[in-house]
Amino acid sequence: MKPEFKKGIRHGIPIALGYLSVSFAFGMKAVGDGLSWLQAVLISATNLTSAGQMAGLPLMVGGATLTEMALTQLTINLRYGLMSLSLGRKLDRSMGTPQRLIFSFANTDEIFAVASSQPGQVGKSYLYGLMLTPFLGWTLGTLLGAVAGTLLPAFVRSALGIAIYGMFLAIILPPSREKKPVRVVVLLAVALSLCFRYVPGLNQISSGFVIIICAVIAASVGAALFPAEEEGSK
Amino acid sequence: MSWRAFLPYVAVMAVVTYLIRMLPLTAFRRPIRSRFIQSFLTYIPYAVLGAMTFPDVLYSTGDLRTAAAGVVVTVLLAWRGKSLLTVAIAACAAVALAQGALLLLG
Repeated sequence: MKPEFKKGIRHGIPIALGYLSVSFAFGMKAVGDGLSWLQAVLISATNLTSAGQMAGLPLMVGGATLTEMALTQLTINLRYGLMSLSLGRKLDRSMGTPQRLIFSFANTDEIFAVASSQPGQVGKSYLYGLMLTPFLGWTLGTLLGAVAGTLLPAFVRSALGIAIYGMFLAIILPPSREKKPVRVVVLLAVALSLCFRYVPGLNQISSGFVIIICAVIAASVGAALFPAEEEGSK
Repeated sequence: MSWRAFLPYVAVMAVVTYLIRMLPLTAFRRPIRSRFIQSFLTYIPYAVLGAMTFPDVLYSTGDLRTAAAGVVVTVLLAWRGKSLLTVAIAACAAVALAQGALLLLG
């Protein structure tokens, strides 16, 4: 085994552990919403994205159109496009087109964050290691949650329900603290989301579109008020 | 859920998500010129996660009071930049403790 591959696996372990708890909650929720364990695992193994999967679940259960599903995934996961654009400049020569096609599958928020924080350029051995452990953690956690979730006492299950939101907050709050534009965008998105939940009339709109509308308005206002200083700043 | 209804959804989810990640790494290797679009893309992840978290997090445990306890602990730790794992576990622990407290009081 190449040392770079091992290093990638090692760097992926904390991500995998974080994913384990979050995907456990996803697996549990999916089965609770009426999916089979195999369907829950299939979603995780083919998507590898927390926010997109969480948003997709109520859409499939509620019988949304495929267009709504596609638009929701597009908006929620648009951030990966930016991450891929940014990471593209950090890849060394071992990352030809076939390798890029493989790694693209696993460019999640956390894997991107770890890969970007490496000094210099990164190559295929390291990146393959870095995508392996989180992928296993995400898929295995979903399986455990789907199969064993219902065996857990009710109080443990309800406590786990908050895990995924804990992870979301851990992603958005540190930059909100450091950067005023991010803080403004987050607060605006939250305020809009609250309006769409509680204001009569507005609360008739389906959850997928609400996320799209809130995110596009908040990010547009942010971009108009605070144009990003440097290219590729995340 | 029937496989007939399920498969188209999961296929759409997987393909859209993969294309978003794959195209910028393979096809579009030129940098984005528009400053507005660059900024928009910079802010979109935070806007999405913010809108997905609130108010849903308040209903994630089945009891507003325990969820509120979880949110307070989570915000305090996340604000200080604790890792994803620490924050996720602490959120669950806070909810479990709040449930215990409610049982004792109730």
